[in-house]
Amino acid sequence: MAATTQTVERTSESPQLRVGERLRVLVAHREILSNLIRKELKVKYVASVLGAIWSLLNPLVYLAVFTFVTRVLGNGLPDYPVYLLSGLLAWNLFSAATLGGSRSVIDNANLVKKVSFPREILPMAAIGVALVDYGLQMIVLLVFIVVSGHGLALPELAVLPLAFVALLVFTAALTLWISAVNVRYRDVGHLLNIGLLVWFWVTPIVYASGLVQSYLDDRAQILTVLYFVNPLTAVVEGMHRALYGVGVLPDGGTATWDMSLGSLTLIVAAVLVASLVFLRFTWGSFFARSGDFAEEL
Amino acid sequence: MTAAPAIEVHGVSKRFHVFREKPSTIKQRLLTSRARADDFWALRDVEFEIGEGTTFGLIGHNGSGKTTLLKCIAGILRPSSGTIRQRGRLAALLELGAGFHQELTGRENVYLNASFLGLTRKQTDAAFDDIVAFAELEDFIDNEVKFYSSGMLVRLGFAVAVHVDPDVLLIDEVLAVGDEAFQAKCLDRIRTFQHEGRTIVLVTHALNTVIETCDRAAMLHHGELHAIGMPDDVVREMRYVLLGVTDPNFVREEGTREAEIAEVQIVPPPGAREGRILRGDTFTIAVDVRQNEPVDDLDVDFAVLDGATNYPVMDARTSRAGLDLGRFDKKRVRFRIEGFPYEPGKYWVTVGLSSRETGHLYHVQTQRYLFEVFDAPRIQDRVDVAVAVEVDEL
Repeated sequence: MAATTQTVERTSESPQLRVGERLRVLVAHREILSNLIRKELKVKYVASVLGAIWSLLNPLVYLAVFTFVTRVLGNGLPDYPVYLLSGLLAWNLFSAATLGGSRSVIDNANLVKKVSFPREILPMAAIGVALVDYGLQMIVLLVFIVVSGHGLALPELAVLPLAFVALLVFTAALTLWISAVNVRYRDVGHLLNIGLLVWFWVTPIVYASGLVQSYLDDRAQILTVLYFVNPLTAVVEGMHRALYGVGVLPDGGTATWDMSLGSLTLIVAAVLVASLVFLRFTWGSFFARSGDFAEEL
Repeated sequence: MTAAPAIEVHGVSKRFHVFREKPSTIKQRLLTSRARADDFWALRDVEFEIGEGTTFGLIGHNGSGKTTLLKCIAGILRPSSGTIRQRGRLAALLELGAGFHQELTGRENVYLNASFLGLTRKQTDAAFDDIVAFAELEDFIDNEVKFYSSGMLVRLGFAVAVHVDPDVLLIDEVLAVGDEAFQAKCLDRIRTFQHEGRTIVLVTHALNTVIETCDRAAMLHHGELHAIGMPDDVVREMRYVLLGVTDPNFVREEGTREAEIAEVQIVPPPGAREGRILRGDTFTIAVDVRQNEPVDDLDVDFAVLDGATNYPVMDARTSRAGLDLGRFDKKRVRFRIEGFPYEPGKYWVTVGLSSRETGHLYHVQTQRYLFEVFDAPRIQDRVDVAVAVEVDEL
């Protein structure tokens, strides 16, 4: 029969997460992940004629509306649609993944109670679905950046993969934690909804971060530090720099946070490292709790 | 094949907190004291091993902890104490089509379900035609399963399940579904698994399936391991307990014991293979009686009850035969049944000692003994038959 027979031991103790071992288990079950993502996408667009085109329409409409609005009304922020979308798409990935992930275990109660498989796959599938949308919308944005003549600059563009990985790791960490805690305390799901609302506005997505900087510069430095404690600030600033550039406001200030590319890269890298630590922690907590999911649902 | 067990269950207990109203928000949790949660022990200190390559039947009435135990072995639930060790790749069928999604087509669900049971895409590709043919759903496989009948869903679920390739297969009660032809097909498939040396754990209410399919069996009763051993013995124990549980008036043994049943033997006809009674056979029920105190009016009786219906089919007593046993120390009463006329199957024997005059019960053992009747094989003796021989011109 099987060439290698591994022995599994189950006890009353919550198992300790061994990352390498667990990763191998997840790789062995990757088929479930891809099937679940496919299922979610199919269900999302079931009975809709246009299907995935709806995902593309969202950024297209944003681009069209804001291009029109800024043409007609004028706007201090040059190429505002590019500025907005480069941050907004990252935010969309984050909020779609956390919201979807927070319900992922609960919504699949039937599976959790009846089928044995690594539970991490459920929040991972929610992230996967958000990633597919992100990929599609990113294509729209990149095409627009090139076609509209805004263009891309090379050393800055290198921040994009770093910021993306940092975003992904942070999103995964938070999603794992919320999906596990939400099983026992459904409050967390409601809390997340309100939290995201506030979080959206403390992150420089809609407004120019350069304005925040010039406001905070006259005040205590601690406020600036606090502003960057939000990991999404660094991620979105990374996205801005990579896809939008610095941008010059009519008053001569910068649209994005005024710092060297090196400093920004360092901050994003720091967010990535912190997120990895956070992920290790939330994954361990998810793993420990996951043994009781079937009982608590 | 090594002798190491495929599954070891060591002192496993499982406790559930039963909340009268389950708190699911922080506020409720804070307001709910621990005292409002009742403890319910679904399993208590269960201990056994399942050898590699054996088929193990797990029986017990509803709520006895069978499914909880299976879920602990599968890793869906975590035991409250104890250890479960399991070797090899495991697939658990706790519910047919548990991973099915209404909006997906049969084809898509096959792939989704197969991946939950551990099949890779390639393996599913290879088995796909077999799966569809097994489920007899060739014409509907690209329809969404929300248009399937429940029978079709069950067939598809089982078809996927039997194409998995595990070392250990856990099956919970899923054989009870589908029509008879499909059930036969499923059992056939399980036999193939057995021949391939896979370990199978079968949870079922179909006691005959356990006797016919399993090498060993265990019975759970209120979360405790009540019996373990040969399927025949465990099923017999199960039938006792079932009788006791379903009929509150059922008493297995009673009486004041002035006279006592010392031993009861069911003696098959001489020359018969041990314990096998054929339909039409003459056999004897021997009752050894001991008098602890002098009894003048002892009446010994027995009754045979159909094992399936519990309906009495025959009885006899010494007083009716005109026998006065008198006072004695120990005697053997033999009831010889001249040609047992009833259908093949299992039969219970109830034996009683009572007073001829008053009907007072000295000692009664109700449905304590069991025998099984088989169909007599057809006899093909050589006899002379006239044969006419003719030749025709063509």
